[in-house]
Formats: sequence, structure tokens, C-alpha cells
Amino acid sequence: MDNIVGKKSGLVWAVHLSLALLVIVWLFPTTGLLVSSFRTGDQIATSGWWKSLTASEQSQTLRTASPDEQQEIDGVFVVEGNLFESTDKPDISSWGTSSRDIGANAPGDTVEVNKGTATLTVTANGDYRLESPEAFEGRRGERVFLTAETPPEFTLDNYDKVLFDENNREGMAKAFFNTLTVTIPATIIPILVAAFAAYALAWMDFPGRALLIAVVVGLLVVPLQLALIPLLKLHNEVGIGKSYLGAWLAHTGFGMPLAIYLLRNYMVGLPKDIIENAKVDGATDFQIFVKIILPLSFPALASFAIFQFLWTWNDLLVALVFLIDSSGETTVMTKQIVELLGTRGGNWEILATSAFVSIAVPLAVFFAMQRYLVRGLLAGSVK
Amino acid sequence: MSNLTLTDVEKTYPGPVTVLEHINLDITTGELIVFVGPSGCGKSTLLRMIAGLETITSGEFTIDGARMNDVPPAQRGIAMVFQSYALYPHMTVRDNMAFALKLAKKTPAEIDAAIEKVSGQLQLAPYLDRLPKALSGGQRQRVAIGRSIVRDPKVYLFDEPLSNLDAALRVATRIEIAQLKESMPQSTMVYVTHDQVEAMTLASRIVVLANRGIAQVGSPLDLYERPENEFVATFIGSPAMNLLPGEIVETGDVTRVKVHGAEGTITSAVPTTGDRRGAKINIGIRPEDMIPTSTTDYAFDGEVAISEALGEVTQVYFGSPNDEGGTVIAKLQGIHRDVRGQNMRLTAEAGKVHLFQDGRSLLYA
Repeated sequence: MDNIVGKKSGLVWAVHLSLALLVIVWLFPTTGLLVSSFRTGDQIATSGWWKSLTASEQSQTLRTASPDEQQEIDGVFVVEGNLFESTDKPDISSWGTSSRDIGANAPGDTVEVNKGTATLTVTANGDYRLESPEAFEGRRGERVFLTAETPPEFTLDNYDKVLFDENNREGMAKAFFNTLTVTIPATIIPILVAAFAAYALAWMDFPGRALLIAVVVGLLVVPLQLALIPLLKLHNEVGIGKSYLGAWLAHTGFGMPLAIYLLRNYMVGLPKDIIENAKVDGATDFQIFVKIILPLSFPALASFAIFQFLWTWNDLLVALVFLIDSSGETTVMTKQIVELLGTRGGNWEILATSAFVSIAVPLAVFFAMQRYLVRGLLAGSVK
Repeated sequence: MSNLTLTDVEKTYPGPVTVLEHINLDITTGELIVFVGPSGCGKSTLLRMIAGLETITSGEFTIDGARMNDVPPAQRGIAMVFQSYALYPHMTVRDNMAFALKLAKKTPAEIDAAIEKVSGQLQLAPYLDRLPKALSGGQRQRVAIGRSIVRDPKVYLFDEPLSNLDAALRVATRIEIAQLKESMPQSTMVYVTHDQVEAMTLASRIVVLANRGIAQVGSPLDLYERPENEFVATFIGSPAMNLLPGEIVETGDVTRVKVHGAEGTITSAVPTTGDRRGAKINIGIRPEDMIPTSTTDYAFDGEVAISEALGEVTQVYFGSPNDEGGTVIAKLQGIHRDVRGQNMRLTAEAGKVHLFQDGRSLLYA
């Protein structure tokens, strides 16, 4: 529609602004979570995650070595060394000898100290040289105020602890695989079943077809909470109990109305001629379904797969009711994060890391399949 | 061998709406039958009943004597070409053509040989590995035709195959279909169209459908020269035949008729019996058969309301002869300048004057 001649509506700006707003609302917390997951608990406690992305200026007060270490070289008393004790030496941006002006001198400058009796030179990496014609006295070295650029500092320790520490009972590794175990069959089973049902409802003539479609549409608006207790009772009676099988069946059932509705609407929009031609070509209903309908319905199948995957991945309710028992062996990530909020509420670095572990897969799925998501949302609405 | 027989076939949709009734038709091997008729006359429905895509409500349909009413489309030995081409969009041209053969469990060697032969015949060889979306409309239609040929069916069914093509391509593809038919003299084809030119040029016989039934079956020139009823007379030919209300003034081996409002009379080669003298009839004369005259042996005279000079012919439009019929049209050979507003008297050869009583031609009375 961009190439329609005429003045652009002012709404274009409203669209752009709201789009930008949506992007920010979505991106800001996600990025924050990602950055926080690479910081230590102390860093999170002292500064916001947005400060950790750039180098920060930090001031510290250090002393030169004590006069005990002075050496006499060619009649001049010298104290030499490096102000930093560790091997990790930040770049000094400025330094000073007076607490009133801590940034008076640039690296490499030489200034007078001790009331003009001595000179001090400090270079950018912290090396200093204190010179005096007379011997230094006293026990303590010269005080130096340093302002140094500290580069951003990140750590993988959180991930190591959350994912790979076998002693950590609250780790996410097991829960991650449990979630996968729930999610993948809970995505594939309903697609398989719904695709068959959708084909039948779209293209096969049988009495009561319209009524069945109406029932499916009606089920779309029935809240799943209604079925939780009866279904769990049923599972217990038939001996499934709380298990992966129970969770798969529950997810399948709860996802089915949307799956059938979406796929049927898409399939019914496929050209009738193609299906009739396949029939004339000698294809059975099953062959038409497998060789013609399924390949042509791929966008709709993919879009429903994304929906179902995201919804089962983030599900807590169904997992709590149908899967997680007192042994805790089948806990899923959502449940694990709830536990962490209780026991490790203060350890933000662990929470952020665990949360990011649980959103990483949906993010990857979303970015890999987004074009199908958009196309599938339009499925059935626009020809 | 592939003789198709429709016996008293009827199609009724729930409602009940009767779309077709009393359809009796014999199609013999090697014929190219064209169904024509106005929109909604059921011509596509009849074709789809032959294909097995619509059930036959009552009556019987046989191919070579075998009852086909309840045989699924795949087992009728037919191939169908759809108006929308109906190519499988996710398969290459080769796979489109191979689809039916694979379903029929042919060996890969047989499939390759069949595709090679047909793609050479239809100049599709360079496009075999393309998807349908990368083809032009004419190429797609050729693929659709090729896909039906590879199966070597007994009967080809075409459902308005050219109506999605532009005018130039339509002519070219029409000729291709005619050549295709000639190269396969033993195949039977049934072709649905609303385009008269296609019907006249392609058909060995035309079936005109109207009012839920068959109006007339015959060769194209039969329908043009000897229409059985007013519907066929006006449907075939463009512009449509003029129907002028009149009466019979003299019967015999030839008939003398007079158009209401005209002074003169005209002779028709249609023989009539004496009891029809004075009968109210419609006198049908095709616009191209109208000849200007100055004698009293004329059918119609009037003032030219509009004239259209097309160079080759000049079409002149008259007001109604007596406010009963529609506009009278004459197609005069050559250029006639400044005829508008002139009075013109028109006649026709006796052999080209058709007589209809109660809608039926007296030729068949």
C-alpha cells in the first residue's frame, strides 16, 4: 500500500511510534535479564545492568612502598614499584596526591611532593618513581589517588553453577531436559491428530460435519481449568497418574481445538480444483492428505507448532497438576523458577540466569520461525 | 474404444433444485464433444458428473457399456483439465506429470519415458524442473494438458481450459488443442466452454444446454444452418439471429411468410403443410444473411438507427419492426457510408430464412 499515490496519513507516525514502543518494552527487560545473568551478585547489588556495558571510572587510594625500601642510586634516594598489587592493571586516566584534587595530574607527569623535597612520577600502568636528594623518613609511603578506567567485567560462573554444578540441587539442567521431554511430544501429537481432523472437517463429506466444526469452535472458549480435576481423576483411574504421558495427553487435549480450528480454516482455503484433480489422478483420501494437503499446509502447521511449543514450554499449571509429584524428579523449569523465587529470592544473579535459560529456547524458536508465525496468524483470514 | 452414454441423467441438489434433467447423449470414440450454454445451464456440472466429481441423481452413465454411476473418478479412465489448471504448486512440472503415474504404480522407467514423450510433444522439456509459479499462464495450461496426456486416458475432459488465458494465447492454445486431437484420433474428448468460437472451431459435435436439458446436439454447421429451436438459433452466431414476428401466408414445398408491419412477403425454403396457413410464427434471419433490396420481396424495412462501419462489414441497427421483438441487426458486406437515418429494405435468400412456431423450428416439424 506504500505506493498508493497521495499524502501519507499522520497515522503512519503513530504506527512507527507504537512499534518502537513495543520493541523497547520487549527488548529492555530481555536484555537486562541477559546482561544480569553474566554479572556477579555484588555487581548486581551495586550498579544497574546498563552501567556494566561500558567501562566505568573508579577512584581508589593507594600508597607507594614505605621508605624502608628506598635505594640510593648516584646520590639520589629512589623508591620504585607499581601501585597495583594484582597483575590485572587498569589504565590510569588521572592521578593526584591531594585529596582535594584527585585528578590533578595526567599519567607520566612528575610533581613535587613532601613540601617540595621530592618528586613523584606515575605512569599509566601504575609504575611510579619517587625521587629525593635526601633520605625518606617515616613508616608509610606517599599517598596517591588514582582514577582508573575499569573495563566491563562479565562472568560465566552463574551459568556454570545453574547448569553444570552437580551439587546444586536447584540447578536448571534436569528441569531443562524435563521441560523438553514434556514440550516436544506435546507439540507433535496434537499437530498429527489435528491435521487429520482438519482435513476431514475441511474436505470429506460426512453427516454431522458442520455440527462437529461448531463444537470445536465452542471448545475454543472453554477454559481448561474446568477439565483439570476430572481429567486428573480419569488419569488416576486408568493408571496413568502423574506422568509424562499424562502431561502429553493433557496438553494435546487442551491444544486440540485451536489446532483443528486453525488448520481446518487453512485447509478449506486450498483450491478445490487441486484436490479434485488429485482424485481424478487416482489418489485416495490418505494420499491426498499426505502428498497434497500436508505440504501445502506447512505454513499453518508451522505456526500452530510455534504456538503450541511456546505455550507448553511456559506452562506451569498443567505440569503442576498432571506431572510434578513429590519426588521432584519430573520438575520443569517454570516450577524450578518458582522454587528459586522462594529459596533464593535475594540471589538475583541465579534468578536472572535461570530465567534466561528458560527463555532462551522460545527466543531461538521465535527468531528461527517468525515468518511462519506471521503467515500463520493470517492463515484463513486473508486469501 | 471409449463410447460414453448418458441415459435419462438427472442432477438435483438438496433444496430441491433440479439442475439437469432428461439428459440423453451418446458420445462415440474419437469425437470431440463441446458443451456450450449460458452461465448456470449446468454444462460444468454435466462434465463433472462424467468425471465422477458429482454424483448422478438418477439415470445411467456408461463408458463402453460399463455402468459408471458409482465408480470413483480414478477408475473411470478419464483425465480432466481444469480452468484454474489445478497444478500441484509444491511439485515441479515433472512431478506434476508423474503424480498420477506414481499412484498407478508405474515403474520409474515407464514414467520417465511417458514424460519425455509428452514434454517433447508440448514443448515442455525445458521447464520440467520448474515449479508452476515460475511458468507463464500458457505454459501452465500446457502442463495441465500434458499431465492428462501422460496418463493415456480413454476420455479427456476439459473444463473451460482457455478462459484464464489472454486473447492471443487463447487462439494459439486452441489451435494446439485441435492439433492434439488430430494426433490422437482414438481419444474421446469432452470440452466445456462458453466461447462460441472455441465451440465452432474445435467440436466434431456441439451440445447446446439450456433450461436444464439439451437444446440441440449436432455438428457446428448443423447448429448454425439448421437450428432446432429459437434458443439454439439465437445462441449460436454473433450477433444473434433476428427473430421477427410474422405469419405464414402461403404453404407448400416452400413457404411464403410476412413479417408483421411489413408490406412485402419473403420466401423460406422450409416446407410447410396446408394447415399451417395463417399461423403466427417467428421468422429468423441471421444478420449476415440480410441483403438490401428494392423489390417487394422483402422481410423488413426500417430506418437505420445506428451504423457501425467495421471495414470488412457494416453493422446496421434498426428499431423494432413492430415493438414486439428486439432490435433488428443487419451485417452488410463492405463499407456503407452515411446510411444512418436512411430507410432500408432487407431481404434474404430462401434457404436462410428460418421459421419457428412456439419456439420450435418448422424444419423439424
